[in-house]
Amino acid sequence: MSTQQSRFHVPAPPFRPGDEPDFSNLDLQKAGEAKRPDPLIEGFETRDLALGLIGVLDHNHQAVGEWDPKLSPEAMREGLSHMVLTRIFDDRMLKLQRQGKMSFYMKSLGEEAISVAAAMALRDSDMLFPSYRQQGLLIARGRHLVDMMCHCISNSRDNLKGRQLPVHYAWKEGNFFTISGNLGTQFPQAVGWAMGAAMKGEDQVTASWIGDGTTAEGDFHNGLMLASTYRAPVIFNVVNNQWAISMYQGISKGEAPTFAAKGLGYGLASLRVDGNDFLAVHGATQWAAERARKGGGATVMELYTYRADAHSTSDDPTKYRPKTEGQIWPLGDPIERLKQHLIGLGEWDEKRHQALETEMTALVTKAYKEAESYGTLHDGPLAPTHSMFEDVFAEPDWRLRRQRQDLGV
Amino acid sequence: MPIEVLMPALSPTMEEGTLAKWNVKVGDSVSSGDVIAEIETDKATMEVEAVEEGKIAKLLIEEGTEGVKVNAPIAILLEEGEDESALEGFAAGTAPAPQDSADTPSEAPAAASNSLSDAGSNFHSVSAGSDPEIPSGTSFTSTTVRDALRDAMAEEMRRDETVFVMGEEVAEYQGAYKVTRELLQEFGAKRVIDTPITEHGFAGVGVGAAFGGLRPIVEFMTFNFAMQAIDHIINSAAKTLYMSGGQMGCPIVFRGPNSAASRVGAQHSQDYSAWYANVPGLKVIAPYDAADAKGLLKAAIRDPNPVVFLEHELIYGESFDVPDLEDYVLPIGKAKIRREGKDVTITAHSRMVGFALKAAEKLAEDGIDAEVVDLRTLRPLDTETIVNSVKKTNRLVTAEEGWGRMGVGAEIAAVVTAEAFDYLDAPPARVHQEDVPLPYAANLEAMSLPGVEDIIAAVKKVCYVG
Repeated sequence: MSTQQSRFHVPAPPFRPGDEPDFSNLDLQKAGEAKRPDPLIEGFETRDLALGLIGVLDHNHQAVGEWDPKLSPEAMREGLSHMVLTRIFDDRMLKLQRQGKMSFYMKSLGEEAISVAAAMALRDSDMLFPSYRQQGLLIARGRHLVDMMCHCISNSRDNLKGRQLPVHYAWKEGNFFTISGNLGTQFPQAVGWAMGAAMKGEDQVTASWIGDGTTAEGDFHNGLMLASTYRAPVIFNVVNNQWAISMYQGISKGEAPTFAAKGLGYGLASLRVDGNDFLAVHGATQWAAERARKGGGATVMELYTYRADAHSTSDDPTKYRPKTEGQIWPLGDPIERLKQHLIGLGEWDEKRHQALETEMTALVTKAYKEAESYGTLHDGPLAPTHSMFEDVFAEPDWRLRRQRQDLGV
Repeated sequence: MPIEVLMPALSPTMEEGTLAKWNVKVGDSVSSGDVIAEIETDKATMEVEAVEEGKIAKLLIEEGTEGVKVNAPIAILLEEGEDESALEGFAAGTAPAPQDSADTPSEAPAAASNSLSDAGSNFHSVSAGSDPEIPSGTSFTSTTVRDALRDAMAEEMRRDETVFVMGEEVAEYQGAYKVTRELLQEFGAKRVIDTPITEHGFAGVGVGAAFGGLRPIVEFMTFNFAMQAIDHIINSAAKTLYMSGGQMGCPIVFRGPNSAASRVGAQHSQDYSAWYANVPGLKVIAPYDAADAKGLLKAAIRDPNPVVFLEHELIYGESFDVPDLEDYVLPIGKAKIRREGKDVTITAHSRMVGFALKAAEKLAEDGIDAEVVDLRTLRPLDTETIVNSVKKTNRLVTAEEGWGRMGVGAEIAAVVTAEAFDYLDAPPARVHQEDVPLPYAANLEAMSLPGVEDIIAAVKKVCYVG
């Protein structure tokens, strides 16, 4: 170590546009190496898991090690199908946004396993406090595509009545909490929800998702601290997709070795998981859910992945990162990896995969046609104007009625 | 109906581009995903994929055209089963007439008039309800405000097991101001929960529990410390019912002392009345005496909306008569005329009500008969009672402990000038704290805060006396 280091330090990403990205120095634990302890061990005993990387699918696309959830081929095909649908849905929504048919969109390209595998590992009765890149949760829980689209174009069938940005879904029947535009509020709120469930004697688990950038918010630390204090049945997912819009993950991570490691200081079980490995996400979520359900408390789970597309339709990532970074990401693509695994098992083939893509594309096309029959962003019909004054309070208020009548609607 | 294909954007900032090449011609069938054209900007090239399927009916922009605006129609597709007759009367780029069937209000407006006078009286008849009748022969017990608040919580916790209280020092220590005295002993640690020192954190936990169907009472040691929790209070508690399209609401009470205590300095002495009363989706209550504190806190706990309940440290220890009724619940949104008078209306809330009543007594010695309106609820504000009072007295003085700019008095003056302008014999006057952070030293603090003498001076001014 040099005797004189600069005392002023602002971390910078390893590669900027024009650089040749190279991840060969990423020292990631190999699939199958991480041990799977009993879910009720002390939080601090997960130290190696917080610093390592839980993986199941190896470079030959074989399922290896103790974290393999040993899913049936049917379950894996279902997961693959949800991921393919999520990707095709995203792709279509982006194109529609580019043509001006919706104002804004956010894709989850490359992160499909994180939401789809979690939804499948949890029970449908478990509560979800997501962020804005987990549309796979909705798809895996069977939300109607037409309803998702109607929300995104704010038409007459939008269940949020034109009050929320596209992608900020809320779906009460699906136990999917309304997505907050404020970063991180969902972590302490998930603790409150989970404590409520525990107080009522239910065995529900509450899962929440934030991104690597949001770990810098006070709510991340408040949530972990409070869950630690009250041993709340919560799963805190930190989706480390390397980029918070243009800020690379090091800006939020600081000198911590991993995001998962931040959970150790609070005494919480802390895991770092290959987020592009469907089986690893499934296995780890199952472990954390079992821990929470049996009274072991919260788990912090860092999902290590790469945001393969722009942050949102308002973002142009070519301005701040090399274009090829995503293509050479060492953990590959979650759909491709699960597909190759199934092919290796003799449970899938290219032809069936193509047929699946064709079927899902047709489904999305058909759904969008139906969604537009309930109105388009520009020509309506949209949510009725008078509904603007509803739901401010739980019961109607004469003052709001008066404002509505003053407007003549 | 024919489908328009629009010029896509390559990036969020792109405004126009060149249509470099058509890969299809009129009459071609295309399906979703087919590359139908190539577009260019000075930075990049992109393929345009068909989003819909159909037959190309028209190419609206010629190959090589520069400066094509993003989202301008570039081609028209005919849907399956359509022929060119579908193009008759169809002009690209013009919106079809909006279908307004979904836009018909379920309840026809009474009148589409914007006239202020119409709007005024018609709807003020909708009353928030009245205080419950206190049967003759009811006994009263002298109770401190502190104990009245405690009794309200205890009664509601007995009545509804989803009600619980959480906050710093609320359990073992019985509350920093002893408002939660003996609740731990009666209800146990499951429903009286000590929290770590993070207002932002435990407000978030409370909000989450309320989303989940419980009825939390979140105590802030003072509202000064709740400033860091305001994101959960406003952005989550107040707005979620609306943002979720009515699916998920937040029945929660945030309570604790608000405003100045005695010589605790600028950071521990702020009045947040106007801040919270500004926010749609919140109800804001600021009672004065013990009976109101009890009746309104019980109502707040039962309310399905988030309620900010502003107490005052300097009246916790004051005693007032509370009726010995089994279930004394008061309506939220209803002011109370504390003293009837005919010469001037003084509005006040919380501790200022006591000052207004003292001022009224002294003014009576000078022959001025003041009416004192205790606002009790700041949102929704009982404008009916205020306006009717001013219509009788023709003069208005507002009194509040906080800063005056954009304050509670400013709102009341605006409502009164809009709805009772012709009744006013003088411009309304506002009494409030001086426009400085509250100083610590006793003499400076006293000069900064509004009191009885300030109210008297303002009343004399609007009565053109002295």
